[in-house]
Amino acid sequence: MVKTMARNLDGRELLALALVWSAATLVTATFCWLFGDILWHGLSHISWTFLTAPPRNAGREGGIGPILVSTALILGVCLSVSVPIGVGTAILLAEFTTDASLFGRLTRRSLDVLSGVPSIVFGLFGNAFFCKTLGLGFSILSGGLTLACMVLPILIRSTEEGFRAVPTGYRLSAAALGLSRTTTLVHLLFPAAVPGLLVGLVLGVGRAIAETAALIFTSGYVDRMPESLLDSGRALSIHIFDLSMNVPGGDPNAYASTLVLVVLLLAINGTASWLAERWLHQRIVTV
Amino acid sequence: MISSGSNTLSRWPTDRLLLWLLRGVATIAGAIVLLIVVFLVVEALPVLRHVGVARFFTDPSWHPAEGFYNLTPMLWGTLFAMVGSVLIATPLGILSAVFCHYYAPPAIARPYRRLIELLAGIPSVVYGFWGLVVLVPLIGAIRPPGPSLLAGIVILTIMILPTIALMADAGLANVPQQYLRGAAALGLPRWATIRGVVFPAAKSGLFTGVILETGRAIGETMAILMVCGNVVQTPHSLFDPMRTLTANIALEMAYALGDHRAALFVSGLVLMGMIAALVGAADWISRGRIYG
Repeated sequence: MVKTMARNLDGRELLALALVWSAATLVTATFCWLFGDILWHGLSHISWTFLTAPPRNAGREGGIGPILVSTALILGVCLSVSVPIGVGTAILLAEFTTDASLFGRLTRRSLDVLSGVPSIVFGLFGNAFFCKTLGLGFSILSGGLTLACMVLPILIRSTEEGFRAVPTGYRLSAAALGLSRTTTLVHLLFPAAVPGLLVGLVLGVGRAIAETAALIFTSGYVDRMPESLLDSGRALSIHIFDLSMNVPGGDPNAYASTLVLVVLLLAINGTASWLAERWLHQRIVTV
Repeated sequence: MISSGSNTLSRWPTDRLLLWLLRGVATIAGAIVLLIVVFLVVEALPVLRHVGVARFFTDPSWHPAEGFYNLTPMLWGTLFAMVGSVLIATPLGILSAVFCHYYAPPAIARPYRRLIELLAGIPSVVYGFWGLVVLVPLIGAIRPPGPSLLAGIVILTIMILPTIALMADAGLANVPQQYLRGAAALGLPRWATIRGVVFPAAKSGLFTGVILETGRAIGETMAILMVCGNVVQTPHSLFDPMRTLTANIALEMAYALGDHRAALFVSGLVLMGMIAALVGAADWISRGRIYG
């Protein structure tokens, strides 16, 4: 009796051991397959010419020069709008509201919902608001503004963490010295909270660069070199989508563009976790 | 942190100015969600008014040009893809977190966790592209045509796996050490400890992870658009092509006009409703009511 129980237990333990290891192996294998495939097919097409030349023949030949420029411009618009709003909101939430205040709770709740909104819905909104109502049309400006709405929750959460990580002693000492809160903020808290802001910034860049669905109806498809922010510009992720779905024979260049995008993202996310571990002494989870 | 009593602020006019500035900025940030809902409703209103809500479920088909607006095939598509991927990704993700915490030697656990973190940052268009060039031909070789519900489920699973794995990882890390020591003192073997002690203690973290991954599965657009075949039909087998709500918006928005365009905003509203329900559920769980 005792013996069979012990054996059953052992059997269950062994089964669990096998299951856990095979789950981990399956996950690792799938991702090695994915990365390996992209690296294998993409690497042979990457060259300086590919990175700088304009696309020809609907993207089958040529490079991704103008597309990288458009991506950078969209990113620039996105950050120059989202950083001031995000940092301001984070300061308000971390320094000037208590957890119980109505305004703080409402803002936090609405940011929670915002972080869950599907990207295609941001696309719909951006198309209706920025392109149509504000009359910006399909443009880099519309795309960047739409992305700014999207990255706000990440930016705010991480910046707020940065401010909360500053020791309370700083604020008490400053108050004891009779400094205004503005002075305290600018000269003491802000420099101490910069790492959190940087992490948020880098994570936001990562999210923005990865985005496709929100950009299709806001920044558009045009793959020429953009001349102003009101021109339509094609982001790198849309280029991959278009090459693989709409252009027969576009796969080789799609592979190369994918590799560029993945390498960019790995670099960005690596920077974010390095910053976080180095300065905030915490691990970040980008879900 | 430190309460902002008006008595401390009143001494410095700059402080009051700053506070109002910050309030203004935060109002903008908080109002975006409202703005999104308002714009979805305003754009959807024309079709809701003269077509009505019921016809989105009772019309014979989805042919917006002829005035038929049946969304149910797309709703089923979204639902099937979501349920399938969540059912596969949840056990895999939780097992992979368990692996990191209790089975893997430290030399493997660290790089493994790093790998999962990397995967969480890979954009959906990359997964979609890989699914299109690798997975779809594979499935097509087994049972044509290839682009199918199955391809969608597999790609979605791969995409949402990092979400649940990282959330479960964080949940397991929060299990108090003395629980584990207590289990060890009782002589419980590894899996019995995990099943009997760790999982119940980490329950709310695990549920939050499931809710987050469900949200991602519902909202995912590009990857699913690239591998599912996009035929408007309720799929009857795993190998049938199908179309989700999100893919429908992405495909037709480019040329939709008038009522057709409005109908796409209606599906946007439906998606927002689903996400709001999920956020509500997550809130309910984090308040601890799940421990019933």
